[in-house]
Formats: sequence, structure tokens, C-alpha cells
Amino acid sequence: MNALELRNVTKRFGEKVIANDHVSLTVRRGEILAVLGENGSGKTTLMNMIAGIYHPDEGDIFVNGQPVTISSPRDAFRCGIGMVHQHFKLVDVFTATENIVLGVEDGKPYRLKEATRRVEEISARYGFEIDAKKKIYAMSVSEKQTVEIVKVLYRGAEILILDEPTAVLTPQETEKLFAVLRRMREDGKSIIIITHKLNEVLSLSDRVTVLHKGKNAGTVNTAETNEAQLTEMMVGQKVVLNIERKTPEDPTDRLIVREVSCLSRDGVQLLDRVTFTARAGEILGIAGIAGSGQRELLEAIAGLQPVTEGQILYEDPKSGETENLRDKTPLQIRELGVRLSFVPEDRLGMGLVSNMDIIDNMMLRSYRRGRSAFLDRQPPRELAERIIEDLGVVTPNATTPVRRLSGGNVQKVLVGREIASAPTVLMAAYPVRGLDINSSYLIYHLLNQQKEKGVAVIYVGEDLDVLLALCDRVIVLSGGRVTGTVDGRTATKEEVGLLMTKTEREGESHVKAE
Amino acid sequence: MSKQNKPQAAARPAREPFLYVTRRDQIPLGRAILIRVIAILLALIVCSVVTRVLTGDDPLSIYATIFHGAFGTGRMLVTLHDIAILLCISLAVTPAFRMRFWNTGAEGQVLIGCLSTAVCMLVLGGKVPDGLLILIMAVSAILSGVIWGVIPAFFKAHWNTNETLFTLMMNYVAIQLVEYFLKVADKTGSNVVGPDLLTHGWFPEIFGVKYLLNILIVAIVCIAMHIYLRYSKHGYEIAVVGESENTAHYIGIDVKKVIIRTMALSGAICGLAGLLLVGGSSHSIDSNLVDGRGFTAIMVSWLAKFDPFTMILTTLLLVFLARGADEVTSKFGLNSDFSEILTGIILFFIIGCEFFINYQVHFNHHKKEKAAPAAVSGEGN
Amino acid sequence: MEIIVSVIQRAILQGTPLLFGATGEILTEKSGNLNLGIPGIMYIGAISGVVGGFFYQNSAARVQPVPAILIPLLCCLAGSLLTSLLYCFLTVTLKANQNVTGLAITTFGVGVGNFFGGSLIKIVKSDVPYLALVKIAKAYKTTLPFAKDMGPIGQLFFSYGFLVYLAVILAVAVSLFLSRSRAGLYLRAVGENPATADAAGINVTRYKYLATCIGGMIAGLGGLFYIMDYSNGIWSNNGFGDRGWLAIAIVIFATWKPTMAILGSYLFGALYILFNYLNVPMRLLPLIQMLPYLVTIIVLVAVSIRKKRENQPPASLGLSYFREER
Repeated sequence: MNALELRNVTKRFGEKVIANDHVSLTVRRGEILAVLGENGSGKTTLMNMIAGIYHPDEGDIFVNGQPVTISSPRDAFRCGIGMVHQHFKLVDVFTATENIVLGVEDGKPYRLKEATRRVEEISARYGFEIDAKKKIYAMSVSEKQTVEIVKVLYRGAEILILDEPTAVLTPQETEKLFAVLRRMREDGKSIIIITHKLNEVLSLSDRVTVLHKGKNAGTVNTAETNEAQLTEMMVGQKVVLNIERKTPEDPTDRLIVREVSCLSRDGVQLLDRVTFTARAGEILGIAGIAGSGQRELLEAIAGLQPVTEGQILYEDPKSGETENLRDKTPLQIRELGVRLSFVPEDRLGMGLVSNMDIIDNMMLRSYRRGRSAFLDRQPPRELAERIIEDLGVVTPNATTPVRRLSGGNVQKVLVGREIASAPTVLMAAYPVRGLDINSSYLIYHLLNQQKEKGVAVIYVGEDLDVLLALCDRVIVLSGGRVTGTVDGRTATKEEVGLLMTKTEREGESHVKAE
Repeated sequence: MSKQNKPQAAARPAREPFLYVTRRDQIPLGRAILIRVIAILLALIVCSVVTRVLTGDDPLSIYATIFHGAFGTGRMLVTLHDIAILLCISLAVTPAFRMRFWNTGAEGQVLIGCLSTAVCMLVLGGKVPDGLLILIMAVSAILSGVIWGVIPAFFKAHWNTNETLFTLMMNYVAIQLVEYFLKVADKTGSNVVGPDLLTHGWFPEIFGVKYLLNILIVAIVCIAMHIYLRYSKHGYEIAVVGESENTAHYIGIDVKKVIIRTMALSGAICGLAGLLLVGGSSHSIDSNLVDGRGFTAIMVSWLAKFDPFTMILTTLLLVFLARGADEVTSKFGLNSDFSEILTGIILFFIIGCEFFINYQVHFNHHKKEKAAPAAVSGEGN
Repeated sequence: MEIIVSVIQRAILQGTPLLFGATGEILTEKSGNLNLGIPGIMYIGAISGVVGGFFYQNSAARVQPVPAILIPLLCCLAGSLLTSLLYCFLTVTLKANQNVTGLAITTFGVGVGNFFGGSLIKIVKSDVPYLALVKIAKAYKTTLPFAKDMGPIGQLFFSYGFLVYLAVILAVAVSLFLSRSRAGLYLRAVGENPATADAAGINVTRYKYLATCIGGMIAGLGGLFYIMDYSNGIWSNNGFGDRGWLAIAIVIFATWKPTMAILGSYLFGALYILFNYLNVPMRLLPLIQMLPYLVTIIVLVAVSIRKKRENQPPASLGLSYFREER
């Protein structure tokens, strides 16, 4: 009998976005099912419906053959379903045990010692290494994840859902986690693991369900498949995009990133000796699974992320001099005369001030200009009106707060502003995420225009079709390392997809034992 | 263990809440004003009911009394002056609030300005020309306000020390310092150092009108603050830091510097208010001179959405009520703290009505609508 | 010896209102509500007790100890509860700014206290000359009968009215509640990370309401004690002074631990009366009274620089919680 079955589950957000389109899947007792798919393929949404975070618009969920309605995480627990989210939901100043018992109403008197004993019992049974009395804030990411998994087991879950559990783990920690998951499988638990790493799928799971653009693209037995087949299912048919791409004219080195590393606040290595060169008149793509260090890399270049080693060299096209941008604040970088534009991933939280109008947002980059203590709103007003006109921003007027614009129009305002400062380097992180087709093409067109003007454009994207159609060269990041550089004109999606899941640095041989 | 948790089929149907709340994206200005006006009217009705219960007077006559108390003959100027002082302190706390720095220490910052002014008047009075004395008073009052404001800001900027609690505590340090000054300066133990001791450094009366200089100074500060916040680069930086520290870093604003600089400005204007209080009107000092206006100013500024010109209206409303309530209490021989009760009632209503401006309450009539609450925009009911 | 006993006795009497206030505020803040209305709530607690006692004393032929204690006590609790409910309604249900609401409550509460304290006799047209509840105060000040016979030990430990012991018991009880009970754990989770608590199925709104209202009632008792025990039942306007703010200072000083608040309250109480025993000139008195605030500031700064996580304010302190559609 199937432990869990979904039949024709559909979830829409708003009227246009269909996150899941009639998805059916089954999970058997005592098996590990991998749910594979690119970013935005609807994996997390689907799992959130099983865990009671969202409610499906259509379709049915069966647990042990019985139809169930799951409208809250508590309902999910009653059905024996527990989910470990990507973003941990833990109270920092509590111990592991305190977090684990939070919200558990088992009708027994509250005894922390007893709970600690049970936590240790569960840990011993599946081989977790966990200090039940340690505070969360003193824990590493993998320890926190362990707490989340034990939390689910403590509530008696028979079906565990793990949302990209390895994204934050080192290879060694990943191995340990997999050992634990295998033991749970032997114990009769059903496990769903969301991932986009093929090697993990192949080494861990019994079956694989692949999602592509919100639809079930097929389910296969792991033993009967291989990387190539999975990649093909995951990335789908090659989509022919009509993006023009001119041959770069006489590209010269503009930004040289050399052996750059950085650590997170918890001491996790976010970037590991990243080296690449961005050339003027070229679009350099950065591919990689979400969270592979793309954001940190761009922020390190922009002076927002402290760097622990390496150099970020800028070749000034005017003076011909080389400046090291490392350890400089954004302001200092500006004062050096480096015209660095940056379209960050978080548009309204970082790139723009959502409560300010378009004009005031235009000033963010330029308000310091001039010696006067007062603002001159005339140039930004003209700029705002020009951008509204040129890029077709749909807005009542230039004094509308940007939070009231739609996603595509917000992005036009942001990109328009960043381009307006005549940059020599333009970095854009996921600039077309959430945008409709027309807006996306407008953004591609703008980036191409910049390339032709001799700007060094760095494009971080998630859609491989776009990356390979737009960029001249593509570097691939995985786990904070550059695992390969490919030519955008000749590389295939499969090639890039494989590099995205590799753990070895580019040029290093595959000496590691499988 | 695994047996006891048999999945229960159909774990209760999804319960639809009777009503749910979403954040409003926008609200037409007219409706926002309407909500506030209704709140104030309701508050005034409640106030008159309370007054009627306590005094037995009929509501209309109560409002006549209040109006007379605020704007009756000979009272206009005092009312205007009260408005000016409260407005001045409210203007002072505003830039910090725009930056989301919760300065609850205006009371102390004003009082320390009062103290510096009084010390100058006492020590230098008669020894230097009055014009110079006033200048020295002004410099020392403003400077001491700056110090009182910058200390918590420094710790906030560098170690994220909770500014609400820090500034709150600084109030009482200032109060005790004033108490100490009173004990040293006034040997009689009356707890007030009055005009008999502070004989020099009084602000001149212009056009022979008492307090006019104070009122004019505050008017200038009000306009200047409006310009500063709206049109200066500093004001722009304050807005960016307040809205999103992430964005501030992204465009290279030195957030620490902005925090300290803005609190210095807040403290300076508080110090100025202290100068106006001692040098420009009371010519005396006691530890209750600010009389909670440092706290009322926080509410004034917040109620006015940190807009200097709107603050004129909110101060007007509060001062009008306070002065009127004083008249009611003296007419019926009651305690003067009555005005604080009325102020409290008004504040509760205005604070509460903000909810209906920022959020929208939806009622569930039909079951199928829950799926798309995100699509509900600011319009409609 | 006698002096030491007397210092400690008076420090405890001075510290008890502070302890009630601090315990109440700690419980409140643990839910993430920074209730700056506590000073006002203490005034309201005091005046509610006074009003209740006043009517009882004026209507009863003979003042019996049990109703003399219970009537003001219940009135005090009811008054504090209503005010706390108002605070909760505004900040939790209507999601208003906590600082502004708290300050408004304080303005209102101090006004209510002083107004009724000063005008009660006039309003009810009573013929008593001033507001003095001596008989009721006597009931509140009843000590254990054997205290007198036990010398210094009796004076130190048994010479107080029951509210002094209640303050300590409540502080210890709140401490045990927070550290040992399931509800205490949930409450702390709400104050630290309401979104996590919500996801774990904890009713954030209910916990915030309960903690704030019970905390407010505990704080209100501080006002009642001040009038009925410390001041012998005699109301004087602004007599309570800034003790409410001092209670908030103690919360910081005690780094949100009720047992530390016992120590802090008695210490601050001692600082209040210390000058009586030191041979310092009267004019230095304000400087001594400044000490509690300075010490609090130092503790606040030290805690933020050291960044020891256990000593930090609850992480969501001062923020309203709003669950976005999920």
C-alpha cells in the first residue's frame, strides 16, 4: 500500500501562475523518493501542500489509502507527515530539546529530562549526533538541521519530507545525513527528499519523480536510470529562444576575480577560491543551483560582503590603471571612479526603497552629487520620466511608490536606474525572475545593448536555456567553487547541468573516491 | 512509538476563520483622513461622556468650557506658547523616528537643556552682557542636548544597544541632576529655582508680546525641519536608513554615522526647547518643568506620521484638550490631572484607528474565497 | 546591628513595589510586549484599590480584616486587568506601536490615579476631610503575631504585611513558570520568535494577551502595596513617583530573570533610603538616587557589548506579530 498518494494536485498563485499542474505521485512505505527539478519547477510548493502550509486548489491527498484534508502543520502531524523546511524554524536561545518539544501536546506532564531522554533515544536509534542540551545559536547549520529532523521524528512522523537538505551541508555532513536516512528507510519510514543534485539522487533514492514547470515529467526507478536521462527529464526539451547575440568585439579584461573566498557569520565557507575574469563587451553568465555562492560573489565585488582572501582587480578603461576593490566599501569603490552597477536579487529589499516613489528611487545612486546640502530632484525626475517612457513602465506617474508597481515594472525601474549611470561593469542577479515574457526580453535586450557599448556584463541566472542563449561565456558555481567555464555558443544544457552538481573545482582531477 | 500515531483519516475539515486581516497596499488619502476624523469625533464624544459622569455638566456646556479654557481672552497666547513648546519637542524626536530609532529620552534631553540654561543664568547672570549671556545659554543648552542624545546613539550604532530602554533611563539621570542643582542652588529647599535667582538672560519681548520670540523660533524650526527632511541629502539618508538598512548599505550610506548624526540633531532641538522653556518663558527650573511633554511629543510625532506640518494639528488638538480640561477642572474644583485622562482617551482612539488605515478586515461570507486573498487589493470593503 | 536590621527592613519595604512591577513587566516582556504602560498601570492598580477601600470603609459599620483586604485587592486586580486589556487590544489585536501605546497608557494611568486620588471626595460629595484608609492599611500591615517576640530575626523576616511575601512568592513562581513549565516554554518562544511559535501550533495572540494581562495585574499590586502598606493608606498625588520606571529599569538590571529582580529591587530600594544612614549632606541625595539608573545603563550597555545570548532582551521585544497569509 502507498504511504502517501497525490492525485491531480493543482495549486495556483493569482490567476496566471500555476505552481503545480495536476501532479500525481506516490510514496511507498520504507522507500526514499527523490523529487527532482530545477528552481521554480514547483517542488517546494507541492511539498508545502502535503505539510499543511498551503491548501491545494484541486486534487486529493491519500494517506495509507484514506483521503485526508490537511489544512495546517498540525493536521499534517496527525497524519504522520513532517517536513523539514529549507529555512529552519528554531528559537535561537533554546536548547535542542526545548525546540523539539515546542508545540507538542502529548497530554503528558512537562518534563524536560524525560523529553531529553526521548530525544537521545531517537538519536541513538538512527545514528544522529546531537547534543540535546546545546543551544541552537551555538550550533552549526548541520546540527540545526539535525534538530529539525529529530523534531519531526519526535512528533511520530512516518512520512518525512526534506526540502533540499544538502544545500547547506558539506560533503561529509551529507554522507552522514544519507546514512541516517537509509536507517530510517530500514525502519519503515517513507522519505521524500527534494533536490536538484543528480549524484545524490542516484546514490540515495529508490525512485525519482521529476518535476518540470509544475508538471510531473515522469517517475523512474533509480536503479534503471542514469544522469543523462534524469538531466534530460529535468531540463526538458531544448527551448529555442530568440535572443540575439553578437560576437563580442575586441573584449578586454575589465574585472579580474582571483582566488576570492569568504565565510558566513557561522564560519561556513560561502566562496572557495573563486577565480574568473569578466571582459568588456561580453556577457559573462554565472550558472549554479540556488545558494551556490552567486549572491555572495556579487556582493563581494560590490563591497557588501567581507572577503577573507583573494583579490578583486578592476582595470580602469580610462586611466589604464588597476585597482584592487577588495575590502573597500561601496562608497570607496565609487570614489575610485569605478562605475559598478548592481541589480541585486532582492529588488525591493535592497535595490529599491519600496515606500519611496520612482523619482526618489532614481536618486539612490546619484543623490550625493554636487556640493549642496540639498537634493536636486530635477535630474532624477527627468531620468524617471525617461525610463518610464523608454522602458514602458506601467505606472500612474513618477511619484508612485515603487511597491505599488508590478514585478516587471519594478525591475524595469531598477535596471533602468543601474544602466543610467553609464556603468563599466554591470552585474545582474536573476534579473528576469518572476517576469513575463515581454519584460524578460526587454531585459535581455538592455543587457545586450550594454554589452555592445563595451560594458562588462555579469548575468546570474537560473534558466539554462537563457544562460546559453544570452551569454558569451558561462562559469558554473557549485558549493562556492567554480566547477567549470563553458562557451555559451557551444555548450549544452546537460553539460552545464552536470557541472552544477559537481563538487570538484575546475581543473582538479576526479581523484575522490566515489 | 510508531504505532500510537496512526494517521487519522480526514483530520477535521479546513476551518474557515470568520474574519481575517490583510495588510493594505494603499488607502486613498480621503478615506485615511475620514477614518482619523471619525476616531477623533468618537474620542471627543467619549471624553464628554466621561466629563459628564464626573461633573454632571451637560456635554455642550463642557465643550464651551473647554473652548473658553483654550482660546478665551488672555489665554490665546499661553495656549499658543504651549503648542509651540510641544511642537518643538515633537519636531526634535521626528528625525530619529523617521530612522526607526525609538528615542524615548526627549524628556531628559529637554530637561538637560533647561539645566544648562539655568546654570548659565545663575553663574554668569550680571557678569556678562545679556546678549552674550543668551548666546552662551543657547550654545550650552544645545550642546548638552546633543550629548544626551548622542550617548545612546553611539551605543546603538556600535553595539545595537536597545535605544528605547537606554534613552528612557537617561531621562531619570537628567531629572536627578536637576534635583541636585536645585539643592545646591536653592538653599531654602523649595525645590524650585525661580525668577528671583535667575534674574538675567531673559528673552526680550518682541513687539511687546510675551512669548512671541519663542513662538517665532519654533515656527522657524518647523519650517526648517520640513525642508531638512524633505529636501536635504541628510533627510534623504535618514529616510533610506529608516526604510531599509539593506538598501542603505547597498548604496554606500554609513549607517552608524547617520544614526549618530541624526540623534545629535534630535538632542540639539530638545536642548533648544529647554532653552526656550527656561530662558524664554518660565525663568525658573524644577525637575517637573518638562512635565511629560517629552513623552507626549513621541505620540504627537507618531500620530502625525512624522510630518512637521501635520504635527501642528496634532499638538493643537492635544494642547486644546489639555488647556480646556484644566478649565473644566478648575470650574468644578477638581484635580488638574483630568486633562491627562482626556489626552489618554484621545490617544487611544487615534492609535487604534491606525489599524483600519494600515490593515483591512475581510469577512468570510462564502467558503471558496480563501484561496486567493492575495488578490484582494486596497479597494473595496 | 540595629541599624543593619533597619536598613534591610526599609530596603525591603522600598523594594517591594518595584519587585511587583518588575515581575509583572518581565512576564509581559517575555511575550515580546514592551509595556511602557506599566507605570500607569501601577497607578491605576493603586487608585482602584483605594477607591474600593474607600467605599468599603465609608459604608461598613466596622471594618473587618478579610473584606478590608479582599475588596481593595480585587479592585486593584480588576483595574490593572482592564488597563492591560486595553494595551493588548491596541498592540496585539490592532497591531499598534508598542512604545506609543505604552506611553499613552502611562499618561492616562497617572492621570486617572492623581485625578481620582485628588478629587474622589469631591466627586462622591463625601464629608471626610481627606483620602485616608488607615483602618484598611492596618489590615494590610498585619504581621505574624510571633514576629515581635523573635528579636532581630523576627524583625528581618516576619515583620511585614502579606504583600511583601506575595511579591517574593510571585517572583519565584514566575521564574519557575518560565523555566519549568510547558506554558512557560511556549511563552518564551512567542517572545523570541513568534513565527516559529506560530508554526509549532502555539496561539501567539492568546499567550501575548495572557502574559500581558497577568503581568499587568502583578504590577498593579505594587501600586496597591505602596498605598496600603508603605503609605499607611494615605494617598498623595504623585507620591508613587517614578517607581514604575524604576521597575522597568530593574527588568534590564535583572536581565529578564525574576529571581534576579528580587535582588535588584531590594538593592534599588536600599539605594533609595541609603542616604538616611550615611552621613552625607542632603544635597547629595539626588546623586545617590541617580545610581539605580546609572547602574541600569551600565548593565544594558555591558549586556549588549558582551552579546551573551541568555542575557539579551526577548528577540521580538517591541514588535507586533502579523502572520501573512500562508
